[in-house]
Amino acid sequence: MTDAIDTAEALPENPSPIAPERDLMSKFDGLIAERQALLDSGVTDPFAIVMEQVKSPTEAVIKGKDTILLGTYNYMGMTFDPDVIQAGKDALDQFGSGTNGSRMLNGTFRDHMEVEQALRDFYGTTGAIVFSTGYMANLGMISTLAGKGEYVILDADSHASIYDGCKQGYAEIVRFRHNDIEDLDKRLGRLPKEPGKLVVLEGVYSMLGDVAPLKEMVAVAKKHNAMVLSDEAHSMGFYGPNGRGVYEAQGCEGDVDFIVGTFSKSVGTVGGFCVSNHPKFEAIRLACRPYIFTASLPPSVVATAAMSIRKLQHAHNKRAHLWENARQLHGGLTRLGFKLGTENPDSAIIAVILDDQTQAVMMWQALLDSGVYVNMARPPATPAGTYLLRCSLCAEHTAEQIATVLERFEAAGRAAHALN
Amino acid sequence: MSDRAAIFETVTGLIQPFNKKGVALSDATTFQHDLEWDSLTVMDFVAAIEDDFDIIITMNMQAEIETVGQLVDAVQKLKDA
Repeated sequence: MTDAIDTAEALPENPSPIAPERDLMSKFDGLIAERQALLDSGVTDPFAIVMEQVKSPTEAVIKGKDTILLGTYNYMGMTFDPDVIQAGKDALDQFGSGTNGSRMLNGTFRDHMEVEQALRDFYGTTGAIVFSTGYMANLGMISTLAGKGEYVILDADSHASIYDGCKQGYAEIVRFRHNDIEDLDKRLGRLPKEPGKLVVLEGVYSMLGDVAPLKEMVAVAKKHNAMVLSDEAHSMGFYGPNGRGVYEAQGCEGDVDFIVGTFSKSVGTVGGFCVSNHPKFEAIRLACRPYIFTASLPPSVVATAAMSIRKLQHAHNKRAHLWENARQLHGGLTRLGFKLGTENPDSAIIAVILDDQTQAVMMWQALLDSGVYVNMARPPATPAGTYLLRCSLCAEHTAEQIATVLERFEAAGRAAHALN
Repeated sequence: MSDRAAIFETVTGLIQPFNKKGVALSDATTFQHDLEWDSLTVMDFVAAIEDDFDIIITMNMQAEIETVGQLVDAVQKLKDA
C-alpha cells in the first residue's frame, strides 16, 4: 500500500518531452546563454557569492578567503551589536521560532507591537505599520493607496519594488525624469485636476548613491495637490538631526505623507515598514493585501529590529564615523582617477562607473581575489545602461580598512585597464 | 491635411532622431521589433511626444501601444479629450 502511494506521487523519471515552443522555460534561453558565456570566460559568478563565515559587519570568509565587505548596505553595523543579538535570543526562547500566521490573525506577538512603537518613537509619527520585507512595504503601500482612476507619479530611476507596486495596483502610472523638478511639475500640470495623486520619491537612489532634491520636489507635488511617499531605505540612521532620512535633513517633514523604510539595511535584520501621521493610516491594515496575505516576521526578527531602532536613535558617533568613511573612500577613489556616480560623498553608497561588462566583471573579480567584496550592477537595474561597481560603507569600517580597500582598488583598476 | 495625417507626420518626425537603422515608417511599424528600441529609448521618445503634443501617455497606455499607427490613434484621442 505504502509503496503504491509513493510510486503514484513520485515525479516520473523521464517526463515526456515538451516541444520547445510550448515549453514555458524556453523564454529564459537568452538569459541562460548569457550567464553561461560569462562563466565560460572563467570568472566567479558575481550573482552566486556565498559567505561561508561572517566575522563582523565588515568581514566575511568567501571561498576560504578573509574578505572586507564593502557592498552589504549594513550602514550602521548593527548586525553584531550584543544588545541586538541578545534581544533576538531572548525572543527565540520566549516566543519560539516563528508566528505561523498573518498579522491580521494569529501573527501579532508582543514584539511586533514593540517594534511598531520603536518606529513611532524614532520617526515621531502617530502611525507605524510593519511588513514582512521592504519590497512588500512598497508593493503594499503603493498598490493600496492609489486606486482605479487615480495616479501614481514616479521617478524613472525608482527601485523595482516601486515599479512592482504600480503594476500590482489599478492606478494610472506616469513617470518623470530622474530627480528632474521641472519635469515633475510639467507632468503633474498635464494631469486632470480631480483624481487623487501619489508622488513616489526616494531619499537616496541606490544605484549611483545620489540624493533627491526632496524639498523642491515635495513643494511641486503639494502645489498640484498630490500626496507624497518617500522611500528612505538608504538614509535611515544617518541623515537629519534624528537620523530619520533625507526628508528630515532637507526639512520637509511636514509635507511628506508616507515614509517607507526597511529593516534590512541600517537596522540590520529583515522587514519593511511605513510610518505616517495620517489620522486614517491604520485602515491600511484592513485593505493592504501584501500586509494581510503573508506570514508575519518571526519574533526574534522583530525583537532585534526593535532593539536596533532604539539604539539607532542615539548612535551619534556611529553616524559621524559612517560619514567620515564615505568621505575617505570617495576622496581616495577620486584621487585615483575613477569615475564616480556622484561628484561629492552625498550618501553611504559610492558607485564606480565602468565602460562595459567585461571591464566591470574583470575588476570585480580582481577585487574579490584580493579580499574586497563590492556589488556589481548592470542593466536593467542601472540607469542609462551603465556598468557599476557599487560600494556601500559601514560605520564599523576602520580607517585602516578603507586605506586597504583603496590600495586594492588601485591594483584592480590597473589590472582591468580602468585606470591608466 | 487631415488631423490624423498631421499627427502621423509629427510622430514620424519625432521618431527620426531615434531611428538609428533608418527603418521606413508606416502605421504598421512596430517599436520593439522593427525599430528595436530598448526601454530607455522608449522613455526618451515618449517624453518627446508628450512635450510636443502637451499630453500624458501613461505607462498603462504605453503597454498597449505596439505600432506607430496605434500611437497616432492614441495621440489623436488624447488631444481630443
